[in-house]
Amino acid sequence: MHFGPHLLLAALEGLVTSAVLALTALGLSLVFGVMRVVNVAHGEFFMLGAVLAWAITTAIGGHPALGFLAALVIAPLIVGAIALVAERLVLRRLNYNPEATIVATIGMLYIIQQLALTFYGPEARPVEPPFNYRILLPWFGYSGYKLSVIAASALLLTATWLVLTRTRIGLVMRATQYDSETAQAFGIPVGRVYGGVFALGAMLAAIAAVLIVPISQAHYLMGQDPLLLSFIVVIIGGLGSLRGTVVAAVLIGLSDGIISMFFSPTLAKIIATLLVAMVLVFRPQGLFGTTPR
Amino acid sequence: MADKNGFFDLSKTALTRRTALKGLAAGAGLGLAPGFVRYSQAQSSAPIKIGFQSHRTGIGAAYGRWYEKTTAAAVKAINAAGGINGRQVEVIIEDDGTDPGRGAEVVGKFATQHKTDIVFGTLFSHVVIGSAPAAGENKMPYFVVSEGHHVASTKLNRYVFQPGITDVKSQIQSMAPWIAANAGKKVTQIFPDFAFGYDHRDYLPPALKAQGGEVIAQIAIPPTESSFTKYFPQIPAETEVIYHVMVGPAVLTFVKELGEFYGSNRPQLFGFIDSLEATDINSPGLEFLDGSHFWEGSPRYAQADDSEAQKAYRTAVGIDDNGAAVGDPKDVSTAAHMFGCWETLYVVKKAMEDAGYKGPEDRAKLVEATEALTAFAEGPEHPQGPKTFNGKIHQCFGIQNISKVEGGKLKVVHKTKIEDGLYEAKGDYTTQAL
Repeated sequence: MHFGPHLLLAALEGLVTSAVLALTALGLSLVFGVMRVVNVAHGEFFMLGAVLAWAITTAIGGHPALGFLAALVIAPLIVGAIALVAERLVLRRLNYNPEATIVATIGMLYIIQQLALTFYGPEARPVEPPFNYRILLPWFGYSGYKLSVIAASALLLTATWLVLTRTRIGLVMRATQYDSETAQAFGIPVGRVYGGVFALGAMLAAIAAVLIVPISQAHYLMGQDPLLLSFIVVIIGGLGSLRGTVVAAVLIGLSDGIISMFFSPTLAKIIATLLVAMVLVFRPQGLFGTTPR
Repeated sequence: MADKNGFFDLSKTALTRRTALKGLAAGAGLGLAPGFVRYSQAQSSAPIKIGFQSHRTGIGAAYGRWYEKTTAAAVKAINAAGGINGRQVEVIIEDDGTDPGRGAEVVGKFATQHKTDIVFGTLFSHVVIGSAPAAGENKMPYFVVSEGHHVASTKLNRYVFQPGITDVKSQIQSMAPWIAANAGKKVTQIFPDFAFGYDHRDYLPPALKAQGGEVIAQIAIPPTESSFTKYFPQIPAETEVIYHVMVGPAVLTFVKELGEFYGSNRPQLFGFIDSLEATDINSPGLEFLDGSHFWEGSPRYAQADDSEAQKAYRTAVGIDDNGAAVGDPKDVSTAAHMFGCWETLYVVKKAMEDAGYKGPEDRAKLVEATEALTAFAEGPEHPQGPKTFNGKIHQCFGIQNISKVEGGKLKVVHKTKIEDGLYEAKGDYTTQAL
């Protein structure tokens, strides 16, 4: 294959990775930004989204699009509810203590993963994409569904941005992020905001998983990779910065796609990790992060 | 980040008498838990204990579940027929997490804590390689059902055996003639970037060359990869056959993306069913495999010419004509490999009877008795087919099946002969000290 088409394919693959990564990492970034909680169980919420998508599409049957749309709505809601319960039962009781919540979310990771293994099983199960359309380029074929994932992710990111910047809920969240004690003094129910943000973070991961599951099946260990990549993205982009997260996700996704196609996937991972180290040394707050006060 | 609430400061939580008593009670309870029970030295009536190193979690979990089912069925049949040397067989399962480090720990646990007679049942090659030294150190006979070439390479040790399933080198050698004659001569290989994949990488090119074929490209894919389109441009345009071996949950993605990339205008496909074990061949996205060919150790779908032994075996293990669990058509088995558990247990039975095996003190005798075996006849104990056994390299050799995906089923189109897969043995375990 010639260089041009080869690069195009690499870029397309990279963009799909970026799209899913941006959503997942945004969830992680929100939770850290507002609550100062490092959610190690984030990848498991991603996995739950995919597993629930399989359960919902199987239960509904009929045309694949029907089940998929239902999954896109219901799966994140269930995952959000689970996250809310976890937040009330665990994180709140630890007073959001940074060290304790890390240990607690590691525990949550294992609990969720093993429950999925017990009730869902060890198999990788496929979910049918809502539509099968193969775009025929002169050099190779490409999945139409993959392109729609990029579009859907862009829409969802824009919607999240609008909520954060243009609505009252967003204002309350930003106020809590800026200074939770002052926010509380002004009558903002910080506890409820925390619960809501934790649920929202998990829901973003779940939505990303529902989008990707028709491409890569649901499996109980699928949460590990997204967690690692999300941390990389969040560190490079700057914790709590939406713009930084999106830029870093595109950067990491594209470089992963292009480097692993022209060189090797291992080199792509090496470069991403090196980038994290460089950012931590020279700009610890991330590319777009603000220095904590 | 101050630890304001003292979560990590043990000095802040005073130890009360009640807590101390609770701790003592819990400790005593643990001591009584099943895993910690210390049996007195094996009596003649005590059961023979087989430690089953199972991939219950981790990437091998789907295999582990079916290996357990097959093992349970075989042990039930053996016990119903009077056990081994008049003693019942008891299986003790430990999860190795499909992880080499934990695998070695599990072997140690079987040796020192459960005091099992043998260890058995491992599939994934990296776990076998990681656990083998522990088996050697503990002088614990270790019967694997892994199909990797590592046992036959004689690079492990005298305590490791693979008497129930043919190794990959032999499988490849016996199938290369069929590939060159029926699929095509210019082959591109796609394989996982670890031990099992390397067996394919190393042994296909010479086997194919002997048949006038040629491997024109080799693409190694990291085992944790979840997306594959980016590798496809490396497949040369003149490729006639794509030879694919993928292991792990991502295989559906692999096939689907291959389908999107090539459409209907694809090279021939020849794969190892390892990719699709425990996966319904009629899953969405797998339509692309229609008309392609697979290696199968034992056929997943019931065939018209199945022997009585094969039928009885399928009933005992609980799989239907489509190779899925009876009563749950979605629960597809790992039929191409799990027969190895059944057959290995019967080899162990035969060897223990030959050795007059009484207990762990006879482990060395068991090793020698296993090495003395030469052939296993087809029948209820060996339903997959006849096998020969080379005691010097601890490896058995059997027939292989090549199946075609046709109308949503796998139909056997070619069976190899045992001789097709024989190669010159390198090394000799029997010269090692016991």
